[in-house]
Amino acid sequence: MKEYTYTEKKDTRSGFGDGLLELGRQNPNVVGLCADLTGSLKMNAFQKEFPERFFQVGIAEANMIGLAAGMTIGGKIPFAATFANFATGRVYDQIRQSVAYSGKNVKICASHAGLTLGEDGATHQILEDIGMMKMLPGMTVINPCDYNQTKAATIAIADYDGPVYLRFGRPVVPIFTPADQKFEIGKAVMLNEGTDVSIFATGHLVWKAILAGKTLAEKGISAEIINIHTIKPLDVEAVLASVAKTRCVVTAEEHNRLGGLGDSIAQVLATAHPAPQEYVAVDDTFGESGTPEELMEKYGLTEGNIVAAAERAISRK
Amino acid sequence: MNPHNLSIEELKQKAAQVRRDIVRMVHAVNSGHPGGSLGCTDYFVSLYFKVMNYSTDFTMEGKGEDLFFLSNGHISPVWYSVLARAGFFDVKELATFRKLNSRLQGHPTTHEGLPGIRIASGSLGQGLSAALGAAQAKKLNNDDSLVYVLMGDGELEEGQIWEAAMYAAHHKVDNIIATVDKNGQQIDGSTDEVMSLGDLRAKFEAFGWHVLEADGNNFELLLPALDDAKAATGKGKPVLILMNTEMGFGVDFMMGSHKWHGVAPNDEQLEIALQQLAVEQASDY
Repeated sequence: MKEYTYTEKKDTRSGFGDGLLELGRQNPNVVGLCADLTGSLKMNAFQKEFPERFFQVGIAEANMIGLAAGMTIGGKIPFAATFANFATGRVYDQIRQSVAYSGKNVKICASHAGLTLGEDGATHQILEDIGMMKMLPGMTVINPCDYNQTKAATIAIADYDGPVYLRFGRPVVPIFTPADQKFEIGKAVMLNEGTDVSIFATGHLVWKAILAGKTLAEKGISAEIINIHTIKPLDVEAVLASVAKTRCVVTAEEHNRLGGLGDSIAQVLATAHPAPQEYVAVDDTFGESGTPEELMEKYGLTEGNIVAAAERAISRK
Repeated sequence: MNPHNLSIEELKQKAAQVRRDIVRMVHAVNSGHPGGSLGCTDYFVSLYFKVMNYSTDFTMEGKGEDLFFLSNGHISPVWYSVLARAGFFDVKELATFRKLNSRLQGHPTTHEGLPGIRIASGSLGQGLSAALGAAQAKKLNNDDSLVYVLMGDGELEEGQIWEAAMYAAHHKVDNIIATVDKNGQQIDGSTDEVMSLGDLRAKFEAFGWHVLEADGNNFELLLPALDDAKAATGKGKPVLILMNTEMGFGVDFMMGSHKWHGVAPNDEQLEIALQQLAVEQASDY
């Protein structure tokens, strides 16, 4: 079993901010837009170095999406950023018409996704964003797992011509993926090969899946752990290859169990390779105030939940 | 350069032909929005046959060209007719309006690749934001051409318009000429009945815009107003034209009422409308 270690923890939003800064230096067409959350989105460095390419929009997310769509017409690559809640649900129709239907090269960059935003509570903790975004034809949906991967993803999506939803978060989490990784949109990352159960995880749940894999190994269970950083387009080939071997599945995500990664995988299984599946996800409810750790515990998104789900899935084979 | 640069007399003839297209298009599919289309015909004809600098060899970026955005996408018939008559595509294609597999969707879209369209519109309130984005991209590209955008007056009830209005002044987007089609009508009735718009000049001026007024159904008055608007660009303020139009202009029984917002004429009404929209040499598609 492959060992994963870390020496440092960082927030994924800093991966976005640092990636954007690097992009700004590489590509003069990259522009940044933010709706009064520049500090929270870690865009200060970009703003400082490229003031003429940074657009403060104020608390007006609908306008921000429209502006970004318009800027693509002049060949710009806009990175429009705010909290995940305000970047999706609040502006769904603007994204639908002005970005997705119009096929615009807008990168919607969403921080503070999921429960781990913490104390602000349910008004700010969106758990439905992956579902909303993946339902839009032509939209790419990416949820990287750590600082390095978020930085690599930020840089990679500038080279892809089309709308992207990039989802990341607030808490510091272990950095365990390589700094020099090449991020490939739509390509699942095999973290651990195994034979008893496939664990497909995304975002902050990937590290927890790795921890769960260790615990399962101690129990004599061989878990295959795959990082699905791109929920759409889904790496169907990687999913089916793994399930052909393990014949049961756990999906793990910081999202409502309705409409997230789990449902994307379930659709593949139902149509191509029926197999028992267990969800580690929020059970169709809103979040609440609390520390990130308390919330992940209360809403069932821990390493222990993944271990239990794996055992259930295996027992249903 | 404008590729046509017509005289006022020629513009009038062109406008009559476009109005014939509009009523025939909506009649053919018994759907679509003739009222606002007829009211804005003279504005569209002015832009595409006199005022705007553009090429009919369409590119998305439109580098060095004036760009036009339609925010109130439901008046697609007038835009489609004008684009076809200006040379963006064959006028015969107007016969496909709102039909299956057409590039001329009910509301304008880039999805089917119709030349002349740069973004989808229909869900209201979004066009000003997109036009501002395109205008700022022009500035970044050192492209000193202009961006035009048309909005409906009922559409101003959408909050996003005012987000965009505030942004435009704050960021000094002075290479844009926005126009409000002030016909005082919306689907459920007059704007006064449905949602009072109040003093639009005062509202936009309070938001930091340079505001002009124009008669949208009189070329002798509209063209100088468009010139004035152009002269007001580049001075640190976004420019707005409050353009008074008559919904249904040119067809007497469609004028002065919101009832022809989204209703097509029947066979008999079409005949009457076409009689009223006589041109010297009709070239119906």
